[in-house]
Order: sequence, then C-alpha cells, then structure tokens
Amino acid sequence: MTSADFNTVLPEVILALFAMLALLGAVYTGKDKLASAITWATAGLFVALALWIGLAASGERSAFGGMFIDDPFARFAKIVILVSSAAVLMMSEAYMSRRGLLRFEFPILVTLAVLGMCMMVSAGDLMALYMGLELQSLSLYVVAALRRDSIKSTEAGLKYFVLGALSSGLLLYGASLVYGYAGTTLFSGILSTLGGELPLGLLIGLVFMLAGLAFKISAAPFHMWTPDVYEGSPTPVTAFFATAPKVAAMALIARLAQDAFGAIPGQWGQVLAALAVVSMFLGAVAAIGQKDIKRLMAYSSIAHMGYALIGLSTGTVEGVQAMLVYMAIYVTMNVGTFAFILSMERDGRPVTDIAGLNMFSKTEPLKALALLVLMFSLAGVPPMVGFFGKFYVLKAAVDAGMVWLAVAGAVASVIGAFYYLRIVFFMYFGSPTEPVESRMVPVQWALMVAVAAIMLVGVVNLFGIEPVARVAAEALVR
Amino acid sequence: MAQQLLSIITFLPLVAAAILALFLRGDDAAARQNAKWLAMFATIVTFLASLFLLAEFDPSNTGFQFVVEKPWILGFSYKMGVDGISILFVMLTTFLMPLVIWSAWEVETRVKEYMIAFLVLETLMLGVFCALDLVLFYLFFEAGLIPMFLIIGIWGGKERIYAAFKFFLYTFLGSVLMLVAMIAMYWDAGTTDIVKLMTHDFAHDTIGVAGFTIVGGMQTLLFLAFFASFAVKMPMWPVHTWLPDAHVQAPTAGSVVLAAILLKMGGYGFLRFSLPMFPVASDLLSPMVFWMSAIAIVYTSLVALAQSDMKKLIAYSSVAHMGYVTMGIFAANQQGIDGAIFQMLSHGFISGALFLCVGVIYDRMHTREIDAYGGLVNRMPHYALVFMFFTMANVGLPGTSGFVGEFLTLMGIFQVNTWIAAIAATGVILSAAYALWLYRRVVLGDLIKEALKSITDMTTREKAIFAPLIAMTLILGIYPKAVTDIIGPSVAQLVTDYHAALPVGEADVALH
Repeated sequence: MTSADFNTVLPEVILALFAMLALLGAVYTGKDKLASAITWATAGLFVALALWIGLAASGERSAFGGMFIDDPFARFAKIVILVSSAAVLMMSEAYMSRRGLLRFEFPILVTLAVLGMCMMVSAGDLMALYMGLELQSLSLYVVAALRRDSIKSTEAGLKYFVLGALSSGLLLYGASLVYGYAGTTLFSGILSTLGGELPLGLLIGLVFMLAGLAFKISAAPFHMWTPDVYEGSPTPVTAFFATAPKVAAMALIARLAQDAFGAIPGQWGQVLAALAVVSMFLGAVAAIGQKDIKRLMAYSSIAHMGYALIGLSTGTVEGVQAMLVYMAIYVTMNVGTFAFILSMERDGRPVTDIAGLNMFSKTEPLKALALLVLMFSLAGVPPMVGFFGKFYVLKAAVDAGMVWLAVAGAVASVIGAFYYLRIVFFMYFGSPTEPVESRMVPVQWALMVAVAAIMLVGVVNLFGIEPVARVAAEALVR
Repeated sequence: MAQQLLSIITFLPLVAAAILALFLRGDDAAARQNAKWLAMFATIVTFLASLFLLAEFDPSNTGFQFVVEKPWILGFSYKMGVDGISILFVMLTTFLMPLVIWSAWEVETRVKEYMIAFLVLETLMLGVFCALDLVLFYLFFEAGLIPMFLIIGIWGGKERIYAAFKFFLYTFLGSVLMLVAMIAMYWDAGTTDIVKLMTHDFAHDTIGVAGFTIVGGMQTLLFLAFFASFAVKMPMWPVHTWLPDAHVQAPTAGSVVLAAILLKMGGYGFLRFSLPMFPVASDLLSPMVFWMSAIAIVYTSLVALAQSDMKKLIAYSSVAHMGYVTMGIFAANQQGIDGAIFQMLSHGFISGALFLCVGVIYDRMHTREIDAYGGLVNRMPHYALVFMFFTMANVGLPGTSGFVGEFLTLMGIFQVNTWIAAIAATGVILSAAYALWLYRRVVLGDLIKEALKSITDMTTREKAIFAPLIAMTLILGIYPKAVTDIIGPSVAQLVTDYHAALPVGEADVALH
C-alpha cells in the first residue's frame, strides 16, 4: 500500500480504526457503560469526517489500481450518508436508553455499516463493490434484530438476513457472469470491453446485478422485505434503514451503471425505468391501507426510490444530478419525520399507529405543523422542497425524451399524495380517540423543526445543493 | 419602490401570517382579537398598496408592467409583472380579502390558524396572478391547495373530510398533468419565461403517437394538459363535481374565497397560457370547449333547480356562470374575452356576496336547508333587500355587473357560433328561474316556522361588509367602461396575436 493509496482511503481507515477502538474500549469498561458516550462520539466523528471530506478533498483520485475511487460523486454521497447517519444516531440515543436498548454494539455496528457504505459509493471494482455491500448488509442484519426479546424484531432481522443473502447471491452470480465475459472485475476494464457485439451472458449478468441491488434499495418488485423489516425493527434502526443505506445503494447503482456499463445506457436504462414505474405505483397504492406509520414510511420509501430511479434511468448528467438532489432531499425529510416517529408514545410505550395522531394539532400545535410541512413535502406539493426533488427527476426524464416516464411519475404522485394527506387529516380533522403523546428530547425537537424549516425555506435556493450535485454528476457521467 | 411594489403586495400577507405564527401566543379572547385585527390590518394595507398599483398602471401599454426579475434555482427566475388582463384580478383579490377576514369575525375556534390560512392563501393567490415564470406560477397555483384544504377540513361542515380530500385530489391530478406539460414546454422552448413563451411557436403539425393521429401535434397535447388543470379549477362540466361538495362544506369565508377568487385562476390560466401559447390547438378544440360550456350552462342550471341546500344551489349557479366565461374566452374576439374577464370580476363580487348572504342566516339557524326557511322578510327586511339585490345581479339584471358580463360573452360567441349562443341564452332564463325561486322560498311568504320567529336582522358589521360589494356591483353595471378601459388594450393585443398565429385559412374555418 503506497502512501498515496493510503491518503485516498484515509477517511475509511479512520472509521475502521474508530470502530475497533470503540469496541475494545467498550469491552474493557464493562457492559454498556460507555454506550451513550460512544454514540455521541460516533455522531461527532461522522460530522467531522463529513466536514473534512466536504472541505478538504478536491479533484479525482483512485487507489489500489482503480479499485477505490474518490471523486466528487463519491464525496457527495459520503457526505449525505455521514450527516444523515449522525442525525439518526443523535436522535436515537434518548429513545434507546429510555427503553434499555442502548447497547454499545449499536453505534459500532452503525459505524461499520457506514464504513461499508463509503466503500460502496467509492467502489471501482466488482470485488470492492461486494466487500462494501456485505460489510454494510451484515451490520444491518444485526441491528435489525437488536431487540432480542421481541419476536417482531428477531423476525425482522431473520427476514432481512434471508432475503438479503438471496439478493447478495443474485448479485454475486451476476458479477461472476460479468467477470466471465468481460475478463476483468475492474469497472473501467468492463467498460472498455463493451465495444461492438454485446455477449448475452454479460447482459444476463448485468440484470442479475441490478436485481440484487434493487433488493438493497427496496425497489419493487424486490421490496417484500421492506414493510416487515421497517415495522419489526426498533424505530431508530428503521430510521437508519430509511436513510443512509438507501443513498449508498442508489449511488452504487449509479456508479455501476455509469462506470462499468456507461457505454450501453439503453440496456440498463429500460430495466431501471421499469423498476421505477413499478416502485412508484406500488409504493403509492400499497401505502393507502396502512395503519402503522412505520409500514407507511416503508411504502413511502419504495415510492421515493422509484422517483430517484427515474433520474438514474435517463443515463444523463442531469439525471444523475436529479437523483443526487432527490436523495439528499429524501434523506432530509426522512430524518425529520423519524425524529417525530421516535417521540410517539402512549403511557411510556412507543406506539406507531396512525390513528393515534387524532387531533394531535390540538395538543401539540407546533409539532403538528412541522409534521404537516414534512408530509406535504414528502407528497411533493410546492412550495416545499420535496416538490423540487420530484420536479428535478421529472425534468431530467423529459429532457432525456422519456415523457411517458414523467407522466407516470406525475400520476403516481397524485395517488401518493393521498396517504400523506391522511396523516394531516388525522392530526387536524380527526376525532379525539386514544391520543399519542410526543415526548421529545431537545435533539429530536431541533432536528424535526429544523428539517421542517429547511423544507419551507429551501424554496429560495435549495441551499446551493444544485451546483454541488452538478459537479458530482459530471464527475460520474462521461 | 415602484419596482418592488408587486413583491410587496404579494408577500405582505405572508409576512403578517409569519408574525401571527411566531409571535402571537395563547388562545384567550385577547389573542383571538389580536389575530383578527392583525389580519384585517394586513389585508387592508395590501389593498391600499394595490391601489397605488392601479393608479400607476398604464392601460395603453399592452406589455407587462412593474416587472421584477431575479435569478432563482434551476436556472428559473423569480419574475413578476402585471398586464391589463391580470391587474384587475390582483385588485379583486386585495379588495375582497379584508371583507373575507371581516366576515370571519365571529369565528371562535382556532382563530389564529384561521387567519394564518387566509393570509397565506392571499399571498398565493396574488402570486398566481403576478407570476411571469412557469415554475413560479405552478408553485403559487399548487401551494394554494394546502391552505384551502385545511380551511375546508378544519373549519368546514359535517362532511368536510370527504369534501377536502375530493377538492385536493381533483385539483392535484389536474395540476400534475400541467406540470408535465410545463416541463415539456421548457424542453421545447428552452425557457420558462411566460413572456417569451407567449411568442414561442410550439409545433402544431399533425403527428402520430402510439397509433393515434394527433391533429395539432404538440400544441394539442400541451393544450389538453393545461386544460385538465384549468377546467378542474374553473370548474367546467363534467369535472365540476368537487365544487358543490367543497362549497357546501367550506366555512362561509372559505366559500367566498373559493367562489370569488380561486375559481378565477382557471379562467386566468386560459387567458395567460392556452390562448397565447397554443393558438392552433385552442382554435382546433374551441368547439369542444363551446359545447362543454353550453352543457354546463344548461345542465348545471337545471341541477341548481333541484337543490334543497342553498350553498349547493349557488355552487351550481357558479358552474353555470363559469360556462359563460369559458365560452367567451374561446370565442377569441374582443367582446368575448372582455366579457369573460368582466364576468369573472362580477361573479367575484356577486357569488361572494351570495355566499355571505347564506352565511348570515346560517350563523343564526345553523342550517342551509331551503325548507327550513320562509318568510324571512317579515323579521329581516334589510337582509331581504340585500339578498334581493344580489339575486337580481346573479340573474343578470341590467344595471348590475352580472348583465354586462353575460351580454358581452353572448355577443362574442354569437359571432363565432350562433347555435351555442342560442343555447347559452336559455341559461339566462334558467338562472332567473332557480335564483328567484330560491328567493321566494327563503325570503317571501308568511313566517310560519316556529324557529324563525325570533331571528334577528343583519348587524351593522354584516351590513358594512355588503356595502362595498353592492357598490362595486352597481358601479361595474352602470359604468362598465371602468373595467373595459383597463383590460381593453391588452385583450385587443391578445386577440390580434391569436389570430395572427393561426395558419392562413384556419381562422375562417373556425367561423363555421
């Protein structure tokens, strides 16, 4: 390992070292004494790394013979992943400790998962891709089953593991086919073999890999695990699932599609477009009947992945830019929403039934207002920022000549609006029944209100995220 | 200052709403009073500021005035401006809002939120009429759904939930199609600047899409996408069914805003987008619009006759009156469009006043059933007079503004399609039938219902709210030149451009 290679992966090395040290420290100081401190330290480290990556690094570098790529695209995705993970950790700490769930393993596993995600978005090789993906997935399987004494949580963990392993198998099989036909695992190498006649085996390999990755972003029809895992896992874990891993997997698909198969956008573009349409409609329709807010958010995330996939499927710079902006907005909205879901409780026990929000606006006007803004933003109603996310991807689709995809997205957003409105309906128009209380620690309150404010104020200039995403997209699409 | 006048007018209510939301604490009687007074103050200041706008406005200039332009996200711009077509809608909005706030004076539940909703709504409505960028327009157009959804859903009647959802989803579906069309327009023209788009020549050669032959090509597709949105908003038959529900369930002030201003966005949209940007498609599809309008006028008038709920009756009458507007707009001549704009303004005053009339007795008896009333003239002479005046204006009695609008639109359509004019003219008779019959059942006759024996006449506040509306209805009815002088040059320009954009020969075909 040369020092240049080492410098390139320094943030990842720091994450790995931190995880090991935290593990050692926690083991030697007795059970869970340090759990709270580690959680905060991890969050702090994430934010520090995000700042460092955002401010210090520039240009494009690759390490280990092209297996690891550090470019503006990877950095954009990493910053989103790190910041959202830090936010989730910060708002989870109180919830976990109040319910005796705060084990020191949680922040450490999250750190390892984030490390895996950073590897994923920087992968320049099929092996690196798989390594990052598995590190992430294995950590996530464990945190899903964090509440060992709960049947639902263990079921969620098991279900996630079985289906995740299946998807990893699909991905590996596809990767092996691609390797067999291309003769290399390097993305750049695969790209250079794509001239002329396309071997059928390579295409099959590509489709298998996309199917495996579609599992990870829970795009329909590979979404089956999502509602159960979201519902069964402890809420902080659900919040984590809904944010950072989605960004990582989406960025990985973009990386794979553009870096390795960028010469044949038509081949994967149609697969992604089909996934997008199915996801949007399934997410929108299936969410309507949900009574549990976590299941609802699961279907909501399926639909949102569909919109992000629209951006990717165009294969253009604008499309990738739209996807990045969309994911950044999506993650922000979800952090705000989950900050609220974490605080929902009745008689000290966490609850997640939507009907419990009946007339919530009477008891907690400010939180209800913030949630209202978040819901309208998730639904994509202007002037909330969520609208601009949708607008970006639809615009990218039309720009690329895929008008039918834009129309499908527009129609799905109307269906989708219904279930977000239902939450608003319960909060503002409902009839008082068994109410929920919302006990928030300051961090949760601050995150929720700040995100709601961002959704409103962002209309002015989207906080300048647009040019940054542009640079990132240009680095990826050549 | 003059440069920023439009922005000030548009965002002043929003600032007031923010102040209310952030700084007004508590829910006692004093806080409620403060909320009402602040809202009242803000809307009146907005109105006064808009008077400056009117004074400075130069009607002979057919371009946009008071234009502000600043770069915004995505390469779009924040561009606002008014011309002869939009300025009177701005005036209508600023004029009515203080009255709306005043009419909500007796509301006791969640007063602060109620006032915030109306103030936000005012900003969004003004934004719609001033926006000169497609995306900005869409933003205001769509966002207006949120406060209205809440107004109906929180302060509405028994079936408010159903009505609120129906209102939201109907209009939302229409507008997302419009959004896709807007993106397609941006793709084609490379700009979202409305002024530039008006002169952009969208392709109108016949194309084949998925086995269908589309005459008028891209223009037709874009036209239909915009039509979906504006027709729902207007509302035109057969997508009008959300309106009676929304009106009946909305609180009085909500009904007034809905009827008087929100519906006008559809007509404004036709004038701002459909006619100037897609002239060929407009010309091609105008027979469809004519027939839809004619059906709306006759059918909804007949439906109005069968109603037992006062608000529903007036809602259906609104749909019928909007039929004249669409008919006039797509007649695409000076009288037709002048008449359509006139009809929209006049309907703003008259239907707003009629909903207030219903509100007056609803506040006392808490029912809108026509059968629950009768003989009100015995106890409420002043009310009977006011209601009479607006019933007559609704029917289109000469001397009131209702007459001018109907007459001009009929004159406009007569030059284009005599049959439609003949059918639409029957609507005048039908409107007399349902309006006068309503009046007879509610106000005239002997006072025999026990519950009505102690009903009281209008309070001074209620009379004061009606006074400006009566004045405007009379002024516009007696001196319509006040309006046509302002809108005339811009409309003339629109008509000239429209006919110039039609391929030679097609303009003649439209006459037959």
